[in-house]
Amino acid sequence: MSNLADFWDNVREQASVSVCEAVTFATPELFDRGCERLIEGAIVTIGLLVVSCLAGFCIAVPLSLARAFGAPWLSRTAWAYTYLFRGTPLLIQLWLIYFGVGSLGKDLLGPVWWLLGDAERVGLLVLTLNTSAYVAEILRGGFVNVPADQREAAMASGMSPFLTLRRVLFPQALRIAWPAYGNEIILLLKGSALVSTITVLDLMGQLRTLFSRSYALDLFLYGAVLYLILVLIVTGLLRGIERLWIRAS
Amino acid sequence: MEGLSLLALGADGWGDELLRGAWLTLQLALVTLFFGILLGLLLAAARLSSWKIIRWPCMGWLLVVRGTPEFLVLLLIYFGLDRYLSQILRFLGIAEQFELPRFAGAVVGLAVIFSAYAAEIFRGAWRAVPKGQMEAAVAVGMSPLAGFWRVRMPQMWRFAIPGLGNLWMVLLKDTSLAAVIALNELLRMAKIAGETTRDPLFFFAVAALIYLFMTACSDLVRLWLERRARRGVRAVAG
Amino acid sequence: MSSILTRRALGAALILVVSFAVAAVLAPQAAKAQGVPDPLRIATEGAYPPFNNVNSKGELVGFDVDIAKTICKAMRVKCKLVAQDWDGILPGLVANKYDAVIASMSITAERQQIVDFAGPYYSNYLRLVAPKGTAISSMADLDGRILGAQRATVAAQWAEDNIRGGEVKLYDTQTAAYSDLESGRVHVLVSDVYPAHDWLQTVSGYEFVGPRIDIDDKIGIAIRKGETDLKNALDKAIEQIRNNGEYKKVNEKYFPFDIY
Repeated sequence: MSNLADFWDNVREQASVSVCEAVTFATPELFDRGCERLIEGAIVTIGLLVVSCLAGFCIAVPLSLARAFGAPWLSRTAWAYTYLFRGTPLLIQLWLIYFGVGSLGKDLLGPVWWLLGDAERVGLLVLTLNTSAYVAEILRGGFVNVPADQREAAMASGMSPFLTLRRVLFPQALRIAWPAYGNEIILLLKGSALVSTITVLDLMGQLRTLFSRSYALDLFLYGAVLYLILVLIVTGLLRGIERLWIRAS
Repeated sequence: MEGLSLLALGADGWGDELLRGAWLTLQLALVTLFFGILLGLLLAAARLSSWKIIRWPCMGWLLVVRGTPEFLVLLLIYFGLDRYLSQILRFLGIAEQFELPRFAGAVVGLAVIFSAYAAEIFRGAWRAVPKGQMEAAVAVGMSPLAGFWRVRMPQMWRFAIPGLGNLWMVLLKDTSLAAVIALNELLRMAKIAGETTRDPLFFFAVAALIYLFMTACSDLVRLWLERRARRGVRAVAG
Repeated sequence: MSSILTRRALGAALILVVSFAVAAVLAPQAAKAQGVPDPLRIATEGAYPPFNNVNSKGELVGFDVDIAKTICKAMRVKCKLVAQDWDGILPGLVANKYDAVIASMSITAERQQIVDFAGPYYSNYLRLVAPKGTAISSMADLDGRILGAQRATVAAQWAEDNIRGGEVKLYDTQTAAYSDLESGRVHVLVSDVYPAHDWLQTVSGYEFVGPRIDIDDKIGIAIRKGETDLKNALDKAIEQIRNNGEYKKVNEKYFPFDIY
């Protein structure tokens, strides 16, 4: 565990130094002064995005199944969960869990403290839960829109329900949901900027810290450009995956 | 019991502050909705323009706004707009200083974000109305403008409403970002109350419930609007 | 002949009217020339007890607020107090959202590059706050610990510049930093001494640790650059309330010792 953390710290440091050396010829002086911190922040942002995206997806799949095919009580529970997270702002979810639940303290929370004691973990947790609710709704839309005869045909040809799900329903639902899913990932990337309010030094956190020392508004513009680059990279990746997929099928 | 006294109205409790915050949240969202729709229609028109000189800058603007965190957009506008507007006004010799009230700053920021997504919805709605409808309108002797108001607009509305309903929900939640520019809306009031009484859990939970209530009400209104906008359209199924 | 006279009379009348009009237009300017806008818009943070915070009536209260009101009274202008988050308090000043910041702001070289300061109106040093029994006597004892401070303060600056072996966490407000000290997320708080002193009265189990960190910190009133008249008026007002006992009255309301 600590090895992984050290490794992560190392990656951030090395990468930021080399990126900054590489771009310094083209960037303004104000940017150069904060460059290493900003790139480190951007790497934290990427890390948050990747982990919460994957973990959120893993939670979203069973939720969407419960919503689409579950027994009424299961479906309703899943609905309540998604409604709770989709009906309240991400910022209040972060503050509720970090400041609110966190204020109960180490002793009262016991093992949960491992999760709530660290700002980055809280950020990951909340981003994951939040995105899982949105993705669950998106996937549900996908499942519901797969024609019913597909399922019947698969079952009739002797596939088990699980195999039907894995080989027939899921791929088609994902295809239907893909554009909306891509949008959600972009929204998640932008939403992750809010973790800076709970002391996480992601790109936004570094920006605000630098701003608080120089008050140079241009820093925010540079930050916007960096976010834009991240968004374009993610959009490109999503497109690439879609294209591979179309070629494969 | 203790919780109830914390929420008391008046000088001792925080109930009235929270309600005032919720009211400000609602005002912020409604005013932003109005300007956001206007700006969104303009952007959609620019986006649909056949002139590249209008279309391309518009596409660039949409890309930038949609690619920047809402939080950052709000901070940039709150801190930057005054400064740049002041410079412009001074250059034109109109006024020495320009002061953007906090509420207006938040509205501008949120409307910029809202309109960037609304533009896409309006564009889709514009396209969804068959060309033949307008041709028919002109054929029966309507001017293009009348055709737009009487034929295209009402139908665009039907296509745009589900998307706009979604955006309204997003907007309602995004108003919470105004807390970071010290606008005393619901979330900020909850934060102040939590810090003062040292019971943040309680106040954030109450604020979350109020947000939930507001989004639930919005959902009902949206369903009603969608049904209304579908008036006269035969149901395809169900 | 007479027509020339008439014309002269008319001309004189015109000059008279114009000069009255100019005088009327300039009159408010003349008051402004002293450089004190009326009402004077003052920003404070509102999350920094006992210097500035919000009570359950939603009003701003605290030492800074009382000092602001006293200073306005001394200058015979109306005060308009607004709350502004700490991150944005100086950008807001520069953007003319208010005319002065009275929010326990340290006079630092970095800040002086973008604003001017009147005052100081009190002095400050830093202390470390930790759970009782935390053994810290030197900087080396901070290694491996998590330190908390409020973003964009002298405490944060000191921590970022001096802490090598520990981790520094920066908070948007001082109160958020307290709550994380209580929950245990941070081990040691770097703080201005008086707010921490005040906070320690309200909790048990925490204390000042280590020596006082003297950074020759003076707290001033931030104003936009170049507003010399306002600066002079504020300096004069501070001197006045120091001399006539008004300052002492406010001081004693919050602290049993002189913090000037």
